[in-house]
Amino acid sequence: MTAALVVLAAGPGVTLQDGGRRGFSRWGVTGCGAMDPLAFRLANRALGNAAEAAAIEVAASGIEVTAEGCALDVAIVGGDFDIRLDGRRLAKAVALRLEPGARLAIRAGGRGAWCYLAVAGAIDLPPVLGSYATHTRSGLGGLDGRGLRPGDRLPVVGTRRVIETAAAIDGGGLDADGGPIRLVLGPQADHFAEDQIAAFLTRDWRLSPRSDRMAYALDGTPLVHARGHDIVSDAVAHGAIQVPGSGLPFVLMADRQPTGGYPKIATVIGADLGRMAQIRPGETVRFRAVSLDEAVAARRAVAERLARPVRTTPLVRTDLGAADLLAVNLVSGVVAAEDGPPPT
Amino acid sequence: MVPLRFLDSGEAMLVVEFGSTIDAALNERVLALDAALTRAAIAGVVETTPTFRSLAVHYEPLVIDRARLIDRILEAERQAEVTARPSRSWVFPCCYAAPHGEDLAEVAGRLSLTPERLVELHTGRPLRVHMYGFSPGFAYLGGLAPELAASRRAHPRPPHPADAVMIAGGMSAIAPLPMPTGWWVIGRTPEKVFALARDPAFLVAVGDEIRFEAIDADAFAMLAARAAAGEPVARVEDRR
Repeated sequence: MTAALVVLAAGPGVTLQDGGRRGFSRWGVTGCGAMDPLAFRLANRALGNAAEAAAIEVAASGIEVTAEGCALDVAIVGGDFDIRLDGRRLAKAVALRLEPGARLAIRAGGRGAWCYLAVAGAIDLPPVLGSYATHTRSGLGGLDGRGLRPGDRLPVVGTRRVIETAAAIDGGGLDADGGPIRLVLGPQADHFAEDQIAAFLTRDWRLSPRSDRMAYALDGTPLVHARGHDIVSDAVAHGAIQVPGSGLPFVLMADRQPTGGYPKIATVIGADLGRMAQIRPGETVRFRAVSLDEAVAARRAVAERLARPVRTTPLVRTDLGAADLLAVNLVSGVVAAEDGPPPT
Repeated sequence: MVPLRFLDSGEAMLVVEFGSTIDAALNERVLALDAALTRAAIAGVVETTPTFRSLAVHYEPLVIDRARLIDRILEAERQAEVTARPSRSWVFPCCYAAPHGEDLAEVAGRLSLTPERLVELHTGRPLRVHMYGFSPGFAYLGGLAPELAASRRAHPRPPHPADAVMIAGGMSAIAPLPMPTGWWVIGRTPEKVFALARDPAFLVAVGDEIRFEAIDADAFAMLAARAAAGEPVARVEDRR
């Protein structure tokens, strides 16, 4: 039997994503890709995959999967989700071997809106316009252009054994650093008076429940445009903050339309796109303007961090007792872990 | 000529703005720069997005910094060749009759035109593909007769059918994928502007011209069946 990851349960908004669909914005095709690009890449890197290999993006609605055909090594990174293997809770960023029939359940936890379930090897589906990223609004990519459902079977090729023992992934809380979300003003900041830009940067904004992969809607005191709220449509970047007639800003996320006709007061810097994505509806967000040089420096810091080897800590020392590990068969024949200090 | 403006949208997208209006001459300059940049194949440029009056350059600032990118864009701009004529002129069959021209009667009423006159005006002159946007294969067509400048709907209508031909805001559009819309559906073309199984997946290039040709519902059914079988049903006109 060929190897596959089988979906036992999935809530709305759980999709297959990759680094995004590049080169087709000129035809009206959205870039898509992971909402939290850092967490997504780290999950793949932890398994030795290409950084932008296709992975499952799990929404707060959660997912439950099992392996079929053979054991699959998987990594889960992003936010602070409740991750359980056959009912036993694991660390918030974890790499483990999923045996056929074992149930891996991922549900919303203490923090975060998205996490990534990557599998060692490659999910074997046909790419659409050069990408595996799902865009549900236009029905492109992923599995038949839709979100994952119970019963879906994702074939996996090139399976590799990379995990000796279930392990917490260090730095898995990439997105947990506090502080305001950093942005660069523009491209249409000149459509707002100085006092409105100041108001935008000093006010607290609350993420609206109307938020999704396309845009994060912000609730708060509306901004006032200096010269109308229509511009001739132009391209929109991932992270651009558009202010329509209502005066309430939208942060345009991975599934944004490739062009838009409202002024964009600012753009979230690349290094903070993941932190922005992990904010949940009802939570508060603040922004801070930085220079382009600072944005590039932050981008470089992220790239360097991702380029370093991924370090892991065996779970036997942290979340699980050794007896639990053996019981759930996380470790095949690795008893040496028992020689370490007793679990705390 | 108005000088170029460079606008940053974050550290990884630079917008080269030629003007702030919808204008075929501005759009020609956008497309000329787009072609020149594509030819230059600059390391660090991820992709470009041509729109009505600007070209967005998506780039990797860790590969090419902003100052160097602007130098290369200005160099490409000096080599860009603005052509006055469209690359291709298309004839697209379009059925304006029931059941396809869903909003035709209503929008004709708003424009104080008879449905027949609306169709005459819409087929009467070639329209220019200014840009794609909104959704895959959604083509914005400029050069519409001024009599057809209907404002957008106050509230979006339910999803239009596939390959809808629409008007709103002084423009026309072809919309391959059904979506809720603020535009008015005046007809439907049997041709597929966007077909994943075809190579190329997108039929019409930005800068091409499209002239619509009215067909009846029977012709639509026949041509739609041929298009579904992968046969082209729009045609490229000879240049005079």
